[in-house]
This record gives sequence, structure tokens and C-alpha cells, in this order.
Amino acid sequence: MLSQLGDGAKLLAGGQSLIPLMKLRFANPTHLVDLNFISGTSYIKEDQGVLRFGPLTRHAEIEASELAARIPILHDCAAGIADVQVRNRGSIGGSLAEADPSGDWAVVLDTLDAEVRCLGSNGERTVPFGDFIKDAYTTALQTNELVSEVIVKVPPKGSGGAYLAFKRSAPVYPTASAAVQLTMEGDVCKEAAIALGCVGLTAIKSKDSEAALRGQPITDKTLTSAAEAARAAADPQSDMRGSADYKRVLVAALLTRAIKVAARRARGEQVKVRHIYA
Amino acid sequence: MPESIDKVSIQFRVNGKPHQLQVEPRMLLVEMLREELDLTGTHVGCDTTYCGACTVLLNGAAVKSCTMFAVQADAAEITTVEGLEKEGQLHPIQEAFGDAFGLQCGYCTPGIMLSALQLLSKNGQPGEQDIRKAIAGNTCRCTGYQNIFKAIQLAAQNMKGA
Repeated sequence: MLSQLGDGAKLLAGGQSLIPLMKLRFANPTHLVDLNFISGTSYIKEDQGVLRFGPLTRHAEIEASELAARIPILHDCAAGIADVQVRNRGSIGGSLAEADPSGDWAVVLDTLDAEVRCLGSNGERTVPFGDFIKDAYTTALQTNELVSEVIVKVPPKGSGGAYLAFKRSAPVYPTASAAVQLTMEGDVCKEAAIALGCVGLTAIKSKDSEAALRGQPITDKTLTSAAEAARAAADPQSDMRGSADYKRVLVAALLTRAIKVAARRARGEQVKVRHIYA
Repeated sequence: MPESIDKVSIQFRVNGKPHQLQVEPRMLLVEMLREELDLTGTHVGCDTTYCGACTVLLNGAAVKSCTMFAVQADAAEITTVEGLEKEGQLHPIQEAFGDAFGLQCGYCTPGIMLSALQLLSKNGQPGEQDIRKAIAGNTCRCTGYQNIFKAIQLAAQNMKGA
């Protein structure tokens, strides 16, 4: 259908970004194809060590899902997106396909072993999440493709994650955010994956922050090194949400808190987190 | 832009009453409620998915009706503020907003009451954080949040065992 309608056509998922963009005339599609009436596109399934999310699974469904809560960082993300009304409509597939620089899911999936299934007229293919987001508002999706499933591997025992964002109010995108997934062996961090949100055109993997923790215990010293590395890795722009310098400090502070929560969760503790508001 | 846009036929229920309408595909749900059905209790505040003044329930879930097309409500059950009152009896949420002074200018009130209705239909004993989270998507420019919060607590108490 998309190939019949031509380049001007757009797919409508939850609409919580696309409809506002259309009102501003930033998006001006010639045709809108509403995906919401297709059944079987909203589900959360466990299957041989992975969780499978239907493309139109709403953030609210992920927030309420006990299955998704097995990966606590996914619950942190779903429960913190915008507000109740937006979470009731907005979907994981739509959010990823839009690839807004301030979107939450990409930051979190960057710290997990995840894949995106892309379906088009030439069939279905699987893209590792690391190759899916190409740039701001740009993904690996071809013009006639859509997201058909999001697959997330359940992290091993001893692994824990956390996602924290700072927001000026509930409905807006965060000013900055940090996602951490740690695998601990006793007091030592065996593996670390760290991504920063809203401080670049896409989520930024902070490799040096990961290196600062890998093979080390979580101490004030290693936390400081990881935070310093995040401050350097961030590439924010000054805008109405704050200056670039402010965002660098903010993202480093969020990362420090997220690492502490992730380490406790890796030890099997139940830790509740909520995004921080101005 | 085509000169005339073909209208689409949709069927849905609003506050239990069935409707069938022909609407332009670009019409927003809030425009249909206010302009086609004259249900002006649903307000337009920011029109940018921020303020929540246009909140209605779509099949029981709170949504911002300025961020959905009317055609997307085909076959749906919609609840607006006009549907809260039953046979001249105010809904316990409406009673509580009066009793706890949960409104000043009233512009945000319909949207907030529907956010409260979604909360209380799923959670009869909401804690402080549950209430704050439930109305995080509704802006009150009179900033009367404390009394709105108390009104929802009161409504939850009054609805217990109802």
C-alpha cells in the first residue's frame, strides 16, 4: 500500500508525535495509513530468553506488564514517558520509527541486546538495534518498510539496569536522561552498557563510562570517572531546556544515580525509581 | 491539497449513546465532539498534546482528544464529562470536586475529572503518588493542584463500596 501511495505517505501508529508534527506543518503527508485497526500488533510475549513486543504495544501496556518488568529498565522507561494519556496511545514501534532525538526507547535499547524486525514488500529482516537508529528522525527502515516487532534479550542473572530522566514537567521530553545496564560478579562490575539521552542527535553510547566501570567495584572513584566520561561524551545543544554546559552536568549526575540503582538491582534488590522533575 | 475531501462514515458511542456521522478524515476527535455533537464540556487548551484539557476516555482509557483523528474513534466507546452525571445525579467525582473546592476557573476540570475516572476505575485506593501520576498530563493554570488532589482523594473515599 505504501509503495502505491508514493513517498508522501506516512504510517500512523499512536500518533502522539506525528499528529503534533502535522499540526505544526513539520510533517505534511499526502496520505496517512492508520495502523491502529490491524489486530495482533499489540503484544508482549516471552520466547526462549527474549521478550517480543508487538509494534503497536502501547507504553501503558509495557508499564503494566509483569513480563516486561522482568527487565526493570524497560519498566522505568515505559512508566516515565510523558503522561497517562500519551502512554495510552503512544507505541514502542511508532516511537522507534520516528527516532526523535529526545525519544526514550532508543536510549534504553542501546544498553540491551535488542533487535528490530522490519517488514516490507520484499519480506522481513532483522536489524540489530545498534544499526537501527541512523540519525535524528532517520532509521534503517526503507520507505516501504515498517517495524513489525521489537525483540529484547532478557539479561542474565546478576545483571541489573536503570533508566533515569530529568523532565521539566510530565508531558514534555526529558532535558537529559541516562540508561545503565550492569552485570555484577560480587562487588565487581563484569559488564557495563551506558547510553545518554537528549544530549545529541541520537542516543549516545558512552564507551569511556563503560570502560571506567568494567572490571572495577562501584566506588566513589569509579562513579566519578564514569560521570566525567559521560560529561565528555555528551554533545548537547543549548536550547530552551537549558545550556549545553548545564546538560553535561545534568547527564553526568543522572548517570551516577542510575549506576547506583543498576548495581543494587544487579544484586537482586527491588528498587523503584521515578524520573526527576524540575 | 485536494479541493474537496471525501468524508468517511464512522459509528461510535458517546456516553452510551450511539452515533453515526460523516466526517473529514482530518477532523480531530475533539472537534467532532464539540462541533458535530455540541458536547462542549471537552475543552481545547493548548492543542499541542500538553495540557490535557481535551482528555476523554476512549474505551475506558484516558486520551488527549486533540491528538487523535475522529475517524480513529470508529467503533469506540467514548466518555466525556457530560457522561459523568446519571439521571440528574452528579458523579461522586463531580461531587468531590465541589466539596473539596477542586476547581477555580474550571477550564481544566473536565479533563482532570476524566483522568481521575480512569484512575479510580482501575485503582479504588490510590496512594499519593498514584494520584499525582494520574493527573500529571493535566495542567491547571490556576495552579489549584492541592485541592484537585484532595478532591480525587475524597472521591476515592466516597466511591468505596459504591
